[in-house]
Amino acid sequence: MSALLEVKDLSVYYGVIQALKGISFHVDKGEVVALIGANGAGKTTTLHTLSGLIDADKGDILYKGENLTKIPNHKIVSLGMAQVPEGRRVFAEMTVLQNLKMGAYTRKDKAEINETLEMIYKRFPRLEERKTQLAGTLSGGEQQMLAMGRALMSHPDIILMDEPSMGLSPIFVNEIFKIIQDVNKDGVTVLLVEQNAKKALSIANRAYVLETGSIVKEGPASELLNDESIKKAYLGE
Amino acid sequence: MSSFLTYLISGLSLGSIYAIIALGYTMVYGIAKMLNFAHGDFIMVGCYIIFTVSGALSGNSIVGILVAIVLCTLLGITTEFVAYRPLRGAASPLAVLITAIGVSYFLENLALLIFGADIKSFTSVIKWEGLTFAGGDLRIQGVTIVTIAISVIVLIVLQLFIKKTRQGQAMLAVAEDKGAAALMGINVNKTIMLTFAIGSALAAIAGALLCSAYPSLSPYTGAMPGIKAFVAAVLGGIGSIPGAMIGGLVLGIVEILSKTYISSQLSDAIVFGILVVVLLVKPTGILGKKIQEKV
Ligand SMILES: Nc1ncnc2c1ncn2[C@@H]1O[C@H](COP(=O)(O)OP(=O)(O)OP(=O)(O)O)[C@@H](O)[C@H]1O
Ligand SMILES: [Mg+2]
Repeated sequence: MSALLEVKDLSVYYGVIQALKGISFHVDKGEVVALIGANGAGKTTTLHTLSGLIDADKGDILYKGENLTKIPNHKIVSLGMAQVPEGRRVFAEMTVLQNLKMGAYTRKDKAEINETLEMIYKRFPRLEERKTQLAGTLSGGEQQMLAMGRALMSHPDIILMDEPSMGLSPIFVNEIFKIIQDVNKDGVTVLLVEQNAKKALSIANRAYVLETGSIVKEGPASELLNDESIKKAYLGE
Repeated sequence: MSSFLTYLISGLSLGSIYAIIALGYTMVYGIAKMLNFAHGDFIMVGCYIIFTVSGALSGNSIVGILVAIVLCTLLGITTEFVAYRPLRGAASPLAVLITAIGVSYFLENLALLIFGADIKSFTSVIKWEGLTFAGGDLRIQGVTIVTIAISVIVLIVLQLFIKKTRQGQAMLAVAEDKGAAALMGINVNKTIMLTFAIGSALAAIAGALLCSAYPSLSPYTGAMPGIKAFVAAVLGGIGSIPGAMIGGLVLGIVEILSKTYISSQLSDAIVFGILVVVLLVKPTGILGKKIQEKV
């Protein structure tokens, strides 16, 4: 199978500090790929670079035959790549519904947008109950759902998720991971960044391990789950 | 009583001008997160354009106003592109603030060079005499009525634009979080440019009204109203559009009433005193709000 997303030798600097040291990885259509690593490993930097929030210094991001490093960030969503950013970053002073509509900003067809909205309400009934509430007053878990719903509103082919389980209670974590699996079953490819490595590996097909800006390990998720060094470093066993 | 009413109305009129200027300040601050200290000087530029064009067309001020709006819009866009955008990623927000002060001096000195330091007498763009009430006791000038009406129209149109249009919603998104806005597919640079365009067009309109009410024009005409409007924006809650309106009106009324009944020397001190008191009681300004972010 040819890759939907292929990252080649990607380097990113913050000033003189090199946050990504030439990483390469790929995500095939239909997969859930996990990117795990400790704090400061460069996970968020990777996702930000994919979405064009940060410029790459070197390397290529090939997606559907385009090189994303050469495309301005506001054009990336309409190519079918959406992101659920770290810390959710919902628009606090807008209502839930306005937030969802922002997610469909690049889409034109009103009827199609409403169709997606209905689908999202079905997936997240809480969002429909609270559609007129200001997003800033939602609970953390609800904000996470909103951030996911907002990203799905663009009708993406691939969704990048940055620590969706951060700060959530175990029940909510389970719910979020269940939703990620459902979204994937509906045909959306997922690149999942997680601190909760155990959970991430349990739903992923493959995974990459990032350490201080380099990929140090990769393989099928089930293998990494049983890898001794990974168990020690990331699974707390 | 009718003299009090007269002063109140002239305060309302001055306040409306502050409000229109403050709307520009507050939009640019709210969306681009910068204080465009050159904003007041855009007013002055607008006035000189009207002065020149109307002069050349033997008093046709409508054309003058339209030309001023177009050129001020272009000036706003150009300033943002040339002077502010390159500094948007700068480590310190002071960089762009100091640049704005530089732009302010640049425009004032440019006007000085072209038009000289002498005060030009500006012909009001509003020829209407106005209305008389209470058997001639209360007269409201045409420029006063037009000024108040325009500020109300501007406020309503802006609110509708932001609440109802795609571009308006994009502005709100950029105001809150540029990165998240970009993730939605919003062109952040274009949105900020549009904000500058609207703010600068409003400055041209404010200029036409200001110089019609106070018909003396010099390179420093925009400086003090600019600062007052900034105070108005902070008073109302910087970033808030209705706040700018309320702040502007309060400031205009307080200024005129204190000039009349207390002391014309002290009026500015009183205006700034009120700002200090309001900020002590409510640091975010009258309508400013901050929603607690959940972590
Ligand atoms: N804007 C920035 N300026 C300078 N350095 C930065 C910036 N953003 C991130 N870094 C640095 O780059 C490195 C990678 O950060 P990144 O946020 O990508 O880590 P992460 O893997 O997402 O960590 P976490 O799990 O804590 O979210 C860190 O050392 C961080 O300090
Ligand atoms: Mg991170």
